[in-house]
Amino acid sequence: MNMKSNEWPLWEVFIRSKQGLNHKHVGSLRAPDAEMALQNARDVYTRRSEGISIWVVQSSMIVASDPTEADALFEPADSKVYRHPTFYDLPDGIEHM
Amino acid sequence: METITLEKLAENFQAKIDADIKIEPNDWMPENYRKTLIRQISQHAHSEIVGMLPEGNWITRAPSLRRKAVLLAKVQDEAGHGLYLYSATETLGVSREDTIDDLHEGKVKYSSIFNYPTLTWADMGAVGWLVDGAAIMNQVALCRTSYGPYARAMVKICKEESFHQRQGYEIMTNLMKGTALQKEMAQDALNRFWWPALMMFGPSDAESKHTEQSMRWRVKRYTNDELRQAFVDATVPQAELIGLTVPDPKLKWNEERGHYDFGDIDWDEFWQVVGGNGPCNKERIEARVKAKEDGAWVREAALAFAEKRKMRENQ
Repeated sequence: MNMKSNEWPLWEVFIRSKQGLNHKHVGSLRAPDAEMALQNARDVYTRRSEGISIWVVQSSMIVASDPTEADALFEPADSKVYRHPTFYDLPDGIEHM
Repeated sequence: METITLEKLAENFQAKIDADIKIEPNDWMPENYRKTLIRQISQHAHSEIVGMLPEGNWITRAPSLRRKAVLLAKVQDEAGHGLYLYSATETLGVSREDTIDDLHEGKVKYSSIFNYPTLTWADMGAVGWLVDGAAIMNQVALCRTSYGPYARAMVKICKEESFHQRQGYEIMTNLMKGTALQKEMAQDALNRFWWPALMMFGPSDAESKHTEQSMRWRVKRYTNDELRQAFVDATVPQAELIGLTVPDPKLKWNEERGHYDFGDIDWDEFWQVVGGNGPCNKERIEARVKAKEDGAWVREAALAFAEKRKMRENQ
């Protein structure tokens, strides 16, 4: 981390744009605490009614997968074509299944 | 474990760029790509923040409540855009505060246009119409830039900025429907802002030291001269429609090229302003330094309060 001791911590901001949808990552900001992070997120990321709910998470709390290991991590799914419905042959005449 | 050479990494990187696969913060990238982005995105962020000053100058003197509300919203957007871009810069591993200090110490630049003063209300029209117009031309192209966080910030900024140009053009349109004095004021604003707006696209392709590499990395998608031409082509008919005269005797539609030909830019003026000798360079940086220093106690107090509360919660 490149955080200086006098710099406010970094927060990741997630917004639910409307009822029924997931919160989605929209960006980050700096704020001294969670309460201010929420207020700042309101001003920085929802000036045009982009959301009805905000989550903020301190960036240092996020654990991320390593991009250099992405192949090893995700390759096993690539070889399992039978997990997709298009793998299966259907007799003519069956249109919806 | 297999060791990957630097050349192999660089080769893979360029292959991703060529395939239009976005680069994300934790991906391997050449050190110069990182440096180029830090320079470009932080300059862009500083331009948004310094850009609040010439317009902030007119908020208390806007001619109506409608104009005042609009100008406030525009300046607030610019603060927001600066913040998106500082966040994007931070994803490259630099601290926000260092980035800001670099601006204050004159180590990095911001758009030269903000070193011109805003003398009359018509300047709010000219700034919105021409300066935001030129910025949008540049930023629409950057929505497809190769670095993911920068591209995403650009998409959001472009969406929000479309009203900025319209409100400026509306100010000019209204003035051109007004009295002789109002028309004169609008024309004067265009006269002063036209050439600096063209300079916003930066040095000509022949002179631009970063263009070639930036195009190869797809940080830039169009050259300075291409964007400048697109801006002239789009803006001249807008001026004519409301009765304004673009202050360039050499401006002429070229049927063969399908573009406007235009006069030579005064590059001496450009380099003078970039080099710190524009009409307002000193004033702009002083205002930014003062804002940082005067606000320091607020930031310290907020942090101290957060720490105190955390300690109490832990007891």
